[in-house]
Order: sequence, then structure tokens, then C-alpha cells
Amino acid sequence: MIKLKGIAAAAGISIGIAHKVGKEELVVSRKDITEAEIPLEIQFFEEALIKTRREIIELQKRIGFEMGKDEAQIFDAHLLVLEDRMLIEEVISRLKQDRLNVAFIFQEVLKKYVSIFEKIEDEYLKERISDINDVGKRVLRNLLGKEKKILSDLREKVVIVAHDLSPSDTAAMHKNRVAGFVTDAGGKTSHTAIMAKSLEIPAVVGVVNATTVINTGDMLIVDGTLGVIIVNPDQRTLDSYHTEEEKLKGAAERFFSVKDLPAVTLDGIKVEINANIEFPDEVPAVKLHGGEGIGLYRTEFFYMNRKDSPTEDEHYRAYKYVAEEMNPYPVIVRTLDLGGDKFSSQFQIPHEMQPFLGWRAIRFCLARPEIFKLQLRAILRASAHGNLKLMYPMISGVEEFRQANKLLDEAKEELRAKKMPFDEDIQVGAMIEVPSAAMTADILAQEADFFSIGSNDLIQYSLAVDRANEKVAYLYEPSHPAILRLIKNVIDSAHKADINVGMCGEMAGEPSLALILLGLGLDEFSMPPQVIPELKYLVRSITLNQVKEIAEGALRLSTGKEVAEYAQKKLREILK
Amino acid sequence: MALIKKKLIVKNKQGLHARPAALFVQIANKFDSRITVSRGEEEVNGKSIMGILMLGAEKGSSIFIEADGADAQAAIEELTKIITSKEDL
Repeated sequence: MIKLKGIAAAAGISIGIAHKVGKEELVVSRKDITEAEIPLEIQFFEEALIKTRREIIELQKRIGFEMGKDEAQIFDAHLLVLEDRMLIEEVISRLKQDRLNVAFIFQEVLKKYVSIFEKIEDEYLKERISDINDVGKRVLRNLLGKEKKILSDLREKVVIVAHDLSPSDTAAMHKNRVAGFVTDAGGKTSHTAIMAKSLEIPAVVGVVNATTVINTGDMLIVDGTLGVIIVNPDQRTLDSYHTEEEKLKGAAERFFSVKDLPAVTLDGIKVEINANIEFPDEVPAVKLHGGEGIGLYRTEFFYMNRKDSPTEDEHYRAYKYVAEEMNPYPVIVRTLDLGGDKFSSQFQIPHEMQPFLGWRAIRFCLARPEIFKLQLRAILRASAHGNLKLMYPMISGVEEFRQANKLLDEAKEELRAKKMPFDEDIQVGAMIEVPSAAMTADILAQEADFFSIGSNDLIQYSLAVDRANEKVAYLYEPSHPAILRLIKNVIDSAHKADINVGMCGEMAGEPSLALILLGLGLDEFSMPPQVIPELKYLVRSITLNQVKEIAEGALRLSTGKEVAEYAQKKLREILK
Repeated sequence: MALIKKKLIVKNKQGLHARPAALFVQIANKFDSRITVSRGEEEVNGKSIMGILMLGAEKGSSIFIEADGADAQAAIEELTKIITSKEDL
């Protein structure tokens, strides 16, 4: 039995047989051909292209069906590359000129394009390189007459073990034949991680030596919650994980069965369980998982990976769609939160020593009112079509909140002058993620319509921990007593001023900590859609008094570790 | 047979990139005429996504498109629309 540690990329436990997907070695040898063989080589090439085209279209169809059209669109780009005239003509003309086998020439031409594209400073082109490589490999495989060990042909459920997986590798796997993913490379936001999460298949990435230690046929336990892989477990470990797996499966079914029921405690207190989204296309997933609103609609994507600026109408159309789809449920739009770790290619944000303490979010917006007001006008216009609220990120004190509201008033005035309708009473909230805002919540509560605690940043600022830095990441503790006290202060101040408090950080979707938050009186929880059923189930299993006691107990403890263990224990008691 | 060459300024705000580039190639491929696009010294096949992307023609850059064949006139007209469209494509 060997235990490997990696990064927990997609939660859940699965047990299965390892299936190693080797870093594919396509060895292309160089062969001279005679003039008479040229037509034959061209024929090989054409057949390979046709076969590849068929493969891609088939894959696209299936992905479109299993994962939605956005994931399937990757393959439109693949088809364009495959059918590229310049590429095909160059291969054929060099074939005639150099008299070498077509597989070798194709590989050379492909390399040439990749190296040209690599030299161009452009985000979009950089992404296209992986498309070109992906398509190129498919064609080469067909040219060499090698059947791809097509992962979608797997008969029994296996755990895929690979150095890294390309989008088309991951996408080619049938959801019901893959029990888990393990990769040497990758982080929490790698392609494998994102795909695995959307497929709800447990995954551990960044395991470093997974492919050297694990062999095809090994028995594997993938613990995607803790980020642990156990290779050839002993009977006792296997039994305990089997029980755990069964329990999780049973639990998932139990959670899902209440997803469309209201989130009400046993003693009748209503709690809002909302979803975090980034793209309008995520709305169906929110509804599927029983979300009753959007607690955080991130808007940075309008500015990422592109050279030009989005228009007001582009913003408006997206917000309007989400507002209409979710109506009558609320949608909280967070204004631009650029900077920190989210950079846009268009704005000249200078390189900073400490970007998280620098020119970001509301600070950037207040300094660039033309960009900020464009977004505010779009949000306001969309507010005529549903229940929209807006909130400002990174507010550090009431002054910033007032400055932002002044620009909001200007935006409203501009719309009135143009006779454009909007919700005159739109609610405006402050995100509480800077410790100074948490400490002065009583002052902010006099002017804000609601609060939303951004726990990720609040924790990193309060505990002075950069959690991307693996040397100090262990200090990042949502259960730290300092965090609980700050949150308590925010909630108490808000309730004194009669406004609601939500939370849209990861902490809100962490069931054991959610118990404490419920006890502290948090009104709204916002999380990734997949977590909603579990939180709803939890809310429906407790009484207010019960969680109040849990929260009081937690506040008496002295370390983050004690709080975390205590909360886990309470959760087990409730869910047993 | 006709050979038509036309100078154009890229008006699309995304330049001849991403979606507009893909659309350009898809439309160019509907015509029988040989289609060439050039910018400065660089000259590429207008029916090739790789070629068009390599031009890196951003908004405001001037390019030549040339069509050679029976349907050259129609091809130039359709392609001009894409290059000079200011709308989102």
C-alpha cells in the first residue's frame, strides 16, 4: 500500500482499477519515397484527414450532448485547423519536392506553424497552439495507422492515470466509464480539474510521480476531497473507503432529493441558498441543483482574454439574460474585480510588488470612472428585467462606498436623460473582504442595503496568508477564531441596522463551517451550484437553537484546528 | 475570369482574429476563386485559418484582399462585409 498526496481537484471518493494513459509517443520515422509513390502518400494523407474529421465530429456530437455546446465548441476550432488549405497545400507541395513520407512532412509543417505562433505575443494565438497540437496528433495517429487507445472504448469503470490530459482526452471519456482522474501535472484550475468538476468525477491532480508509481491494473482509491491517492490498499483501508464511498453515494442521493424544496430550518427559519456564477450559461446548472438565486455573479470575464473592450450592450445583454432567467429570484452582480490575480489584457495595470494590496477592484474602478460607469449603466438597464442587485468588491471603508454610489447616481442620471428604464430602488451592497470593512461594519451598515462576506480574501488579508504560496498555505484557516469573530461582528452590526448578510466565498459551501455560520445568523449562502443540494439538506435538518449552540461552542475554542474538528464532529452528529 | 484586388481597413474591433477570422475563412471557402490576403510583405491564402491568424491584422490595419476566379466579384463583396463590419460577429 502506497499513499500519494496531490491537489484535491474534484471532490468525492472512488475506488477502481488504474488505467494508465501514457504520454503518447508517436514516433515518426523519416523515409525516402520514389516519385511513383507520391500519389499513394497523398492518398494516405487524404484518408487520414477524412478519418480525423469523422472522429472530431463524432466527439463533438457526444460532448455537446453530455456537457453542453460550449464545451463542444472547442472542436469547431479543431475542424478549422484540420481543413486548413495552407497546411494541406504545404504538405502536398513539400511531399512532391522533398520526396519524403507524408507523416514526416506533416509533422515538420506542423512544428513550423507552432513555432511561428509561439513567437507571436497574443493570448488567443497561444491557446490555438494546443488546438493545433491536438489535431496534429490525431492526424499523425491516423497516418501511422495506429488506433488510439480510445478512452471512450473502455469497457469497465477505471481510474485514468496520466501525466496530463488534453481537453480532447478528457472530453473523449465516457462519463459512466471513468471513476476518477489522477494526473502528475496540473493545479486546481487546470483543464482536467475543471472538466472533472463539471462531470462530478473525483480527481486528484499535481501528484508529481503518479505515472511512475502507478501501473495499469493497480487498485486505486481516489480521494478527491482530501487530495489523496492510495495505491493497492490493504483490506482494512479498502473496507473503510468502501463504506465511505457507499455512504457518500447514499448521501448524494439524499441531498439531491431535497434540492427543489425550500431551505427552511426545522423550526421554520428561511435561509437563502444561492449560487456563484461567472457565465450566463451556468444558469441551467444553478436551476438543476435547486439554486434560488445568484449570490455572486462575477463579471471579470468580459475583460479577460481579449484585446478590445466590451460594449455597454454586451454587458447589458448578459445581465438581462441572467436576470430574466432567474426572475423572480435575486441576482447579485459584483462590479469589476480586476487586479490581484485577475488581470485583463487591455488595461495597463502596472506590475506591482503586492498586487493583492494594490490597484484592484473598486480602487481601479474609482480611478477609471468611464469603465466603471459603463458597467453600472448596463447593470441598471438590466435591472428593469428582473430582481438585480449590485455590490462593490474590496470596499475598505465607507468613503469608498460613497464614492462608488456617487458614480452610480451619475449613471442613473444619464439613463434618466435618455429615458431608459431601470429599477429606481435597486439594492446596493458592499462586499466585506477587507478587515477594515469588517471592523467598521456598523458604519457601513448605515449606508449599504446588504453585505456579502467575501471569505476567501477576508481570510487571506486577516491572517496575512497568501494561500497560493505552498510554504504558508497551511496557515489559511477559515475556522481561525479571528475569522469567526470578524464574521460575528459583521453579522451583528448588519442585523442591528436591519440589513441582510450573505457570504459568497468557499467557506459558505463548506458544510461543517456552514453550521457555525448559520448559528451566527448568516442570512444568505452562495456557493458553486453542485454544493447547493447538500447545504439545503443541512439547513432542513437543524433548528436555530441547535446551530446557535454550535456557534457559541465554536467561539469558545482557541485554535482554528480545534474549531474545524469540533465543527466536523457536530456535522457528523447531524447527518448520521 | 476576373481578378479583383481591393484595399480595406479592418474595422471590426476584434481585428481579423478569433470569431471574425473563423467566419472569414468559412465564407472564403464557399467561393471557387483563389483568395489571397496580404498585409505589408506578408501574403497568405484567404481560405486558411492559420494564414489569416498569422497576419495578425488588428483593428485599423490596412490589408489587401484579392480574388481570382469566376465568382471573384461576389467573394470580394461578402468578405468586405466581414472586414468592415463594426458589429459583433
